[in-house]
Amino acid sequence: MSATVTTMLLVAVQCGLLLALAPVRVGLMRQVRARLEGRAGAGVLQPWRDLAKLARKEPLRAPGVRFGGALPVLLMGASLLLVALLPLLQTATLVAVPDDLFVVVSVLLLGTVAIALLGLDSGTAFGGMGASRHMTVAALVEPTILVAVYALSIPVGTSNLSAIVSARLDHPATVVAPVSLLALVALFIVVIAETGRLPVDNPSTHLELTMIHEAMILESSGRDLGWVEYASWLRLGALLALVANLAAPWGVVQHLHVLAVLIAMVALVLKVAVLGAAIASGEVFLAKLRLFRVPELLAGSFVLAFLAVTASYLTV
Amino acid sequence: MTADREPTVREVTRDDLVGRADVLLEARWRLALVAAHEDRHDFRIVYTFLRPGHPPCELWLRVPRDDAWVPTLAGISYSGGRFEREVRDLYGIRPEGHPLPRRMVRHGHWPTGYYPMLRDADPEPHFDADVGSYPFIQVGGDGVYEIPVGPVHAGLIEPGHFRFSVVGETIVRMKARLWFLHRGVEKLFEGKTPQDGIALAERISGDTAVGHALAYAMAVEQALGMQVTHEERARRAVLLELERLHNHVSDIGAIVNDVGFGIIHAHTQGLREQLLRHNQHVTGHRLLRGGITIGGAHFVGDPDLDLIAEVSRSTAELVDLALSNHGVRDRLTGTAILDAEQAYLLGTLGYVARASTLPIDARLDHPFVDLPCAFVPATQANGDVLARFLVRAEEVATSATLIASWADAATRTSRLADMPVDAAVPSAVAISGGGDSAPDRFGLGVVEAWRGTLVHRVELAPDGTLSRVKVVDPSYVNWPAVPVALADTIVPDFPLANKSFNQSYAGNDL
Repeated sequence: MSATVTTMLLVAVQCGLLLALAPVRVGLMRQVRARLEGRAGAGVLQPWRDLAKLARKEPLRAPGVRFGGALPVLLMGASLLLVALLPLLQTATLVAVPDDLFVVVSVLLLGTVAIALLGLDSGTAFGGMGASRHMTVAALVEPTILVAVYALSIPVGTSNLSAIVSARLDHPATVVAPVSLLALVALFIVVIAETGRLPVDNPSTHLELTMIHEAMILESSGRDLGWVEYASWLRLGALLALVANLAAPWGVVQHLHVLAVLIAMVALVLKVAVLGAAIASGEVFLAKLRLFRVPELLAGSFVLAFLAVTASYLTV
Repeated sequence: MTADREPTVREVTRDDLVGRADVLLEARWRLALVAAHEDRHDFRIVYTFLRPGHPPCELWLRVPRDDAWVPTLAGISYSGGRFEREVRDLYGIRPEGHPLPRRMVRHGHWPTGYYPMLRDADPEPHFDADVGSYPFIQVGGDGVYEIPVGPVHAGLIEPGHFRFSVVGETIVRMKARLWFLHRGVEKLFEGKTPQDGIALAERISGDTAVGHALAYAMAVEQALGMQVTHEERARRAVLLELERLHNHVSDIGAIVNDVGFGIIHAHTQGLREQLLRHNQHVTGHRLLRGGITIGGAHFVGDPDLDLIAEVSRSTAELVDLALSNHGVRDRLTGTAILDAEQAYLLGTLGYVARASTLPIDARLDHPFVDLPCAFVPATQANGDVLARFLVRAEEVATSATLIASWADAATRTSRLADMPVDAAVPSAVAISGGGDSAPDRFGLGVVEAWRGTLVHRVELAPDGTLSRVKVVDPSYVNWPAVPVALADTIVPDFPLANKSFNQSYAGNDL
């Protein structure tokens, strides 16, 4: 078996794993939060049941909606591509599709634009309002992701994510280096903002006027809504997995072996589950920020990322 | 105690109405209610004024049917102007010189000349499609856009349409279009026996079953000249506080939930459930229906004082927890401020008024039961969301104390104290002025329901049935305060501001 085929196979396994577990991860986070708040919760499989329900439902689209079902599919495609590109299970890369930092951020931006367009396309005030807020957040988030990962890439000398993870595996000391910690904190904050969690956005609100993510998908229904939800969950799952792998790269396959792949899968699931549960637990103690305070938070995270870059030049 | 609450009535003419009303308003009387009545030959408009420590004062104005107009009070009383618009929409009596004579209760699809409260109004008229668009004021200028919200919302709440004119995220202007819930409640009362009216009063606004039933029962009792024993009154007071408790506890959680701090909400929901079960234990109904009767109040089980004290303690703890969170405190502080002058000029009531320093509380102003001498209405100075939150928190503790102080009296006498209404009780109220078709008997009920001072005015026909019931829920006067408080608030804070007011849509639109 040639190396390319093996890598492709591993990428497929990685996609399948995240596709299967992204809704479970959402269910786990909701369940953790419910239990901590003293509620029974709907169970970790509820998101899957919701998806199954939505998949059976015909989407209703308002007259004048131009892109119809295309945007949810585009969003799903962008999320899948993101999952495929990130070094989650293994550090080998396809030569044709480099998992370069800039490619990853572009793919991320593709999803952001797709969902903002979806909000605008619905033609309602909420869609536009949500899209405007989302782009405001995105404008602060994307540079921070870029800068934070860039800080991590400087010691390695490449912006290739696989190489970064690989280097961190080889030199575990770099994980706890100040540069790394600063960058990881910055990355963590923007991932929270990017994926619409507290304190930036409240994923469980029913109040139209406070929404960011929900406002954009308010007019989506049936299968369309199912795709959008699935894609958003997948996106958060992928980003959490990336943060988890950068913070704790252990378990990622470097030398191909069936057992190693299995261990990598288990390690990935555990890392994401722990990180997700931690976020959900943290959310119990958080209130949503006033919208105008969100840029302050994100600017703070950008400063952290910037410091990380500066520090990495000093320590090289 | 009943005797000194009987209204004094003064007949006025169109010429001296505004002058007399002005004198009363200047002396800090509050225009609590304007009710039109369709007498045999003419319309009679009743203006009821309230002032703490005084019996109510009523101005009666008669206008002929074929020349139905009244001089407007809009220039001297904001709520007066709104009452007049309601009277115009339901009876067709024009407020002459009204600065803003737009329809209010009336919907665009009602047939022209259809006034549902008139005796000969068709109960099922032919409704057209709602063709006339509602005249929202368009705010012009660079970057101003409109956000229409509702009347169907993303969550399960009552219907209301809100039109925001927004620059960026800042609200320039907000217009609330309510009135989607006209059920003809006042019309439904007509012809019922006073006894049957209780069930209807309890259903005017589901969360204010006791408040409405009690105000209604007190109005009927005053009309009939019935006396209510001290024990019965204590029982009523306990029921009223139980209603305040479960609503305030639920609101406290809901306000905090609107800033995404769900854990407090989850716990207050638990407390609310305990209270609702306790309600069922006390009255047989989770929302306390069936507790109030004409002439009394009725317990099926004794209140559990330990449980109430425990709920009060837990609520205080949750409030502390919520406010010790920096994020929550930051979101509540300074949001949607209603200053004292605005609150007074709009005629706000209940916790909305009290959060803006006005100590209006019918429990003190128009008491029907002895209060512990330490009772002081909870007030706050800032008029923001935090102030309305804190007033509720304080009232939870006060309610628990009050219930404990009345519990002895409330449980003393026989449990089943049904005092059937004797329709043959002679009129106890002398009518000054008389006129060609003065009502035989009428009465006023004023109660501090959980949202604020609630007024029912009942008139009885000679055969003892209800000939007219006028209901003024505090929501009716408090709703206009919401857009005022929203000036300079940002759009994402609107749900929080609205929740801190939490006015009833159903109680507003009868």
